[in-house]
Amino acid sequence: MGELAVEKHVKFILTIEKEKDSFESVVMEHIRLNGAYWALTTLDILGKLNTVDQDEVVSWMMQCQHESGGFGGNIGHDPHLLYTLSAIQVLALFDKIDALDIDKVSNYIAGLQNNDGSFSGDMWGEIDTRFSCVAILSLALLKRLDKINVEKAVNYIVSCKNLDGGFGCTPGAESHAGQIFCCVAALAVTGSLHHVDKDLLGWWLCERQVKSGGLNGRPEKLPDVCYSWWVLSSLIMIDRVHWIDKEKLIKFILDCQDKENGGISDQPEDAVDVFHTYFGVAGLSLLEYPGLKAIDPAYALPVDVVNRIFFGR
Amino acid sequence: MHGRPRKAPTEEEQEASVVKGAKLRSIQAKFFQFHHTNTYTKEALEVNAKLLEMNPEFITGWNYRKLAVQYHLEAAQSDEDSIKSILDEELKVVESALMTNFKSYGAWHHRKWVLNMGHSSTDRELFLLKKFQKLDARNFHAWNYRRFVTALKNIPDEEELQYTTDMIYENFSNYSAWHNRSVLLSRLLKEEVEGYYPKEKVLTEEFEFVRNALFTDPDDQSGWFYHLWLLDQTVKLEHLLVSSWPPNGSNVNVSDYCALSPSLSSISRTLPLILCFSEAVGGINSSTVSVVCESNMDSNLIWTPISVDKSGLARTWLTYLTFSSEPMHPSRNYLVKVSIANSEGIISSAGFCCSNPSHMAFTVCLPSSNTEFDEGPDIERIDWSEENFSSNQLHSENLGLINSFNELTISGDNKKTYETNAKIIADEIDYCRELLSEMDCKIGKLTLARLLLAYDALSSASRGVQDQNMFQYKEILELYHDLMKLDPPHFQYYKDQYSLVFLKQELANEESLLKYCYQYRDSTSLSNNSLCLCLRGLSLSQIGCIERLLWVQMLDLSNNGIRSIEGLESLQLLCCLNLSNNKICSFSALEPLRLLKSLKVLDISHNEIGAHPIDTRRYLCASPLSHTSDWKREEFVVSGPEMTIYWDAFSIFSGLNLRQLSVTGNPIADKKFKLFLCKLLPAMKWLDDEKLR
Repeated sequence: MGELAVEKHVKFILTIEKEKDSFESVVMEHIRLNGAYWALTTLDILGKLNTVDQDEVVSWMMQCQHESGGFGGNIGHDPHLLYTLSAIQVLALFDKIDALDIDKVSNYIAGLQNNDGSFSGDMWGEIDTRFSCVAILSLALLKRLDKINVEKAVNYIVSCKNLDGGFGCTPGAESHAGQIFCCVAALAVTGSLHHVDKDLLGWWLCERQVKSGGLNGRPEKLPDVCYSWWVLSSLIMIDRVHWIDKEKLIKFILDCQDKENGGISDQPEDAVDVFHTYFGVAGLSLLEYPGLKAIDPAYALPVDVVNRIFFGR
Repeated sequence: MHGRPRKAPTEEEQEASVVKGAKLRSIQAKFFQFHHTNTYTKEALEVNAKLLEMNPEFITGWNYRKLAVQYHLEAAQSDEDSIKSILDEELKVVESALMTNFKSYGAWHHRKWVLNMGHSSTDRELFLLKKFQKLDARNFHAWNYRRFVTALKNIPDEEELQYTTDMIYENFSNYSAWHNRSVLLSRLLKEEVEGYYPKEKVLTEEFEFVRNALFTDPDDQSGWFYHLWLLDQTVKLEHLLVSSWPPNGSNVNVSDYCALSPSLSSISRTLPLILCFSEAVGGINSSTVSVVCESNMDSNLIWTPISVDKSGLARTWLTYLTFSSEPMHPSRNYLVKVSIANSEGIISSAGFCCSNPSHMAFTVCLPSSNTEFDEGPDIERIDWSEENFSSNQLHSENLGLINSFNELTISGDNKKTYETNAKIIADEIDYCRELLSEMDCKIGKLTLARLLLAYDALSSASRGVQDQNMFQYKEILELYHDLMKLDPPHFQYYKDQYSLVFLKQELANEESLLKYCYQYRDSTSLSNNSLCLCLRGLSLSQIGCIERLLWVQMLDLSNNGIRSIEGLESLQLLCCLNLSNNKICSFSALEPLRLLKSLKVLDISHNEIGAHPIDTRRYLCASPLSHTSDWKREEFVVSGPEMTIYWDAFSIFSGLNLRQLSVTGNPIADKKFKLFLCKLLPAMKWLDDEKLR
């Protein structure tokens, strides 16, 4: 079986941080904060977080914060829950959460909860269980979960549960691995996994593994490395990961590497990007690939970071 | 991001990319100038439209348009034509963005936002949707939007159901259509809409409908998932009492079980009462369950749900019966009658009320009033070696106590439903066999196994008898065996199902159960404590059938492949447990043990605790991570920073009162860890077979 080309991937990540002028890079500028989280968490899992200038990153990130307390995807961009979580996660990696005005950020997040318990992504009202997840994870990391109505938040997520055991973005929406991760993580962190039919969902999830060993996101679709995270972490949180063939999945992820130039792609021989590099490495960590730091399946941060926050001083 | 081929770009391509990138940057910069100065002129809006065309995912761009709309609507005041024209322009911009990328969240949301204003016509929407669904029938944005529009236009569910029928006929492999169908049908069934009642008629028609898909392309999963949902609807049993301890019709010597009592004061006259239901229920209390005894007994009982989560629902409920100590006839038998669901209040997790009362009764033999609880001789170390166990010689009176499986009694009306549903399943079994005779289809075999199990559950419920059909189990076991070979990546899934069915078979009746009952050598014991259920070395990967194991006090599950002990918390009488030589990967996996207050002896030696960096039970046990811990963090934190690695051991063991523990053979069990255990468990007498001071 192939090997993980750690040095190449580290080099790839450090390079894209610097090279910003290609069209592919410019068209992602609005989600650069997410990109920072993907890049830095990957480096931490590979044991190379010290290769970046922490202060430079934090200083840039704080400039992305809007006066409302939320973070935008880049400097000058409007705030949104999605980037706010990435900011908090990056600060957690650096053990610098106290650089934030925690009450300000948590008030911004809590203010986006609606009466039915759901969350809007920003002031414009798009509702999606992704935002429930992001809000809950953010507030949990900030130790301010009590600022929202957790019971209602959980009830809304449960209302998005489908008859196949999975979850969609809104009530009645089709089950999708990404949404399932979001809902399962939110339920995990709020001690509400009893709402999940683990056997039913576990079977639906394990059936995402196709002949090539890769995982798809829903029935009859193509496998993609990013589902190595969404599906895998969901399976781990409900303790059904032994229902897939881990060795085959490891092989699939390793086959998606660009061993010459570094980086991991969605499928073998496709173009690489930092998004899939993160999900591939994070997936390998969950599969206990040797030499990688363990990652927490709910918070999507290294276990030592999460343990420090919840079991530390 | 997705689906672009890996090709090193040529120098020309690189240059072109940089030029395009610079162009986009320049438009973005112009846009931000307008946005940050709240400028909404025609020019500004055109720059924005251009930006969104190049990059439909640019969220701030969509936000800006909403601000611009609000600005212009205010200016237009109530001029209906202006309003319409402003909003129509927005719909055009969205449509053009969707043509670039029909998966853009921002674009779809903007369209919804505009329509929600209520001024735009919805006529075009369904036409647009049809166009998008032709491009990609699985586009969930389009399906979500369809649900939004049909709600807005009040299109009845029956019409939408017909739409899913059309889509499915066009292409059976349309999981999205099947999913929508299940949502609509659930609603129609629940509301008992005309034409969709009775439920059994609808299910029969749906089974026929999905059969077309399954027979046309048996390897496509879409239809099979829908079939599983139909099966689930057909098998819905009302939550029933499936077993209890003491079992119905048994006779119990109360003093034999006094050691299990939580309180020492009434120790010689306390008996646990355990009820086990077919699914998790709530609302068990002294008004929904009445317990009456001829002897003086406190009838204000406190019922506890036996569950590792905080839902308040559980399959198993526990209470303690305390018999008064006033002078009575020496060693007389008293009748205890239990009535469940005489009054309303018991509900299932799905919210269904239990309306069928059930009854059971047993007799208790109370000690003469002067019997004191005698701790007995100094308790020895339990040695699990095989030579210490001999085939049991159970007395007939004890037989009643191991048969905790209750006879299910189903009343007249429900009985008809069970029979009708059993017939539907029987038909499906025939069709499934027919399909499998034509081709070897993995999911067909799995469905047949599930159908056979479902039939077994339904027919035994309506028969109300323990005469389990052994032949059915054999066929089901063979199917899972085939599947392990046919579909190797999912081997462990089939193994787990196999284990469950195997246990069902082996514990099906008294005769079979007795094969696994052994007597532990300690014959000086006062009670039945020396009876052990020995399930060692059976290649079990999972535990099940706990409803048949409520009586168990000593359990040997060693030398299997067990990773999870989910369900074991129901065995409330358990005192001695052997889990050595299994696949337990973490202490968090032992969470169910925290609820076994009688547990004294535990062997978890030779497992995999400490060997895995990833803990798959991390969020399934009480801890600060899931905001459900009930242990005092201050105690824990003070113990030192390295205790972070032992957090789950702390959580599990600090609530137990173990006398004997074996942990050797687990990577985590070094000297430091054993010292930690000794501090945590002061009452412990043996650790890894060493007597402690």
